[in-house]
Amino acid sequence: MDPILFFIFAAVAVICAISLIVQKHPIKSALSLIGVMGSLAILYLLLGAEFIAAAQLIVYAGAIMVLFVFVIMLLNAGEEKSPARPSWFAKLLGIPLMIALLGILSYVIQRAAPEGSLAFGEYTGGAREVGRALFTTYLLPFEITSVLILIAILGAVVLAKKEL
Amino acid sequence: MSQFYTQTDHFVLLPGLLLTLFGCATLLFDFWLVPEARYKKLLVGWLIAAEAFTGASLYRHTTYLADNGLTELVAFRGSLVMDGFSIFFNWVFLATAVIVALISYRYLEIEGEHHGEYYGLILLAQSGMFFLAAGTDLVTIFVGLELMAISFYVMVGFLRADRRSNEAAMKYLLLGAFSSGFLVYGFSVMYGMSGSTRLSDIAASFAARDPWDPIAFLALATTVVGLLFKISAVPFHMWAPDAYEGAPTTVTAFLSVGSKAASFAFLMRIFLGPLAASREVWEPILIGVAILSMTVGNLAAISQTNVKRLLAYSSISHAGYILLGLIAGNDTGLKGVAIYVLVYTFMNLGAFLVIVALRRENIIGEDVEDLAGLMHRGPGYAILMLIFMLSLAGIPPTAGFIGKYYIFLSLMQTGHYLVAVAAALYVAVAIYYYFRIVRSMFVSDVSEPTPLAASLGMRVAVAVSAGLTLAIGLYPEPFLQMAQTSLIR
Repeated sequence: MDPILFFIFAAVAVICAISLIVQKHPIKSALSLIGVMGSLAILYLLLGAEFIAAAQLIVYAGAIMVLFVFVIMLLNAGEEKSPARPSWFAKLLGIPLMIALLGILSYVIQRAAPEGSLAFGEYTGGAREVGRALFTTYLLPFEITSVLILIAILGAVVLAKKEL
Repeated sequence: MSQFYTQTDHFVLLPGLLLTLFGCATLLFDFWLVPEARYKKLLVGWLIAAEAFTGASLYRHTTYLADNGLTELVAFRGSLVMDGFSIFFNWVFLATAVIVALISYRYLEIEGEHHGEYYGLILLAQSGMFFLAAGTDLVTIFVGLELMAISFYVMVGFLRADRRSNEAAMKYLLLGAFSSGFLVYGFSVMYGMSGSTRLSDIAASFAARDPWDPIAFLALATTVVGLLFKISAVPFHMWAPDAYEGAPTTVTAFLSVGSKAASFAFLMRIFLGPLAASREVWEPILIGVAILSMTVGNLAAISQTNVKRLLAYSSISHAGYILLGLIAGNDTGLKGVAIYVLVYTFMNLGAFLVIVALRRENIIGEDVEDLAGLMHRGPGYAILMLIFMLSLAGIPPTAGFIGKYYIFLSLMQTGHYLVAVAAALYVAVAIYYYFRIVRSMFVSDVSEPTPLAASLGMRVAVAVSAGLTLAIGLYPEPFLQMAQTSLIR
């Protein structure tokens, strides 16, 4: 069952990713991106990483995509007017470069993959482990992050308030 | 105390903790105690009190290490370390923050944007620098870096009515975020290689691999790009002149000195820790970057008419010189880096102090022409500016010479003769543009007779910077010993 689900959602992710680039209207692109994020979350879930799957949905599909859609609506961006034609030069240079990049990436990833195969659901890091790590090993960076957020709020107030 | 926050943890964290708490307290005090604009300058005293406590805890670190015969004290399960290196750099940050606060209040009053948040941001940025210099864990270092960077984004855009300031903040934010992206990508690959975020574990996993291994190279390349962005080395320097020119001059001073020193501390931790095993890969890259930085920095500075832009290009070339010490990599070279950073702090701050004094009501005072005839209307400032320019050019008996001396010495010791010759040639180029400023001050006629803006804080800051610039040049011994203790063992 797991491999079948994997192929379904991997295919959905790739199709949505292509649609993201091909779509002319920014809102349609944004919706395709949500599709990519959602199917990635399911792939994580298949690997047994519930926490990452939930974080993927909440942070990317939730918070970040809302921001994207907000900005698109604020700018009132309409359908993209396509330029006359992509230049021959771009095609000539871009396609081989893209193939080369994909080749290098797949070579590196292949080499880096550990020996033996990974089973679905083998990964056991859940919310409990993440929480424990945050309050023990990563206590210090976790606490500094709170100061970081404070500065971000302070910066927003300083830069945006009319009268200080 | 629980086992996750031991007494050692607390002791090592103390300077950073104090800076953060005082920084947050500044924001509260600003509302409660000094609501009126004319009393805001009291916050400078508050900041100095904060720095006094921080300095006391740094001093306690030094004595603790000396008394117990330790070279380092590790806290938070290897996230944070207290050693000579972090103590040395934290003293540099402390001196920078105090001097910047002293010169700021008059400048901000003239600009009409004197708010308490500014001092809070200085302290919080400094706490970020603390974590950069003392962190030995990728996550801690990265959060510290962002703590510093976000404070700087806000400070660069602090003059909200000034379009140049807004533009500079925007450019700095975008390129800073871009470079952080590179850095985090490199960090994630490092984590993937070693399964740990501790620098020592990552160093072990780099040492176990072939330096040209594709994954190791990917981690190295992306991390190095991010690091070079932060120290504004060529070819990743394009943000620096725009950000430096548009930012309030006091912030430019802080940015060009504090942020650069912290980024160098961070760079040294990464290069001498995890990347030490891949020296054969990064040494040629760094030589290229250092030579390019000196070329572009020095040649572009020649044609600048805005002094802040000129100093931005000169700071790019200084980054190239500091990198040379790391390229040599022996004890002399690393000591040279520490002493160069110290010297650069005071001479570059000094040069910006004079530019800050030139800003008066309705006069921007940033062009080389604005310095014309300074000898006749502010002889004190003119002579001090001469000292800073001599030092920046590296002419004895000023401190700049000592810094360059150790860098060149280390290059000779390690046999990098060609690099040393190229670097020496660029010193000659640098003398040309620094002396354009000097000539303007001493030879040209007075173009603008309005007296300079002087305040008590400004006088103290200029005196301290000039005094130290001369003192390090004339009697470098105690400072060399300080730098000696800063070597990472």
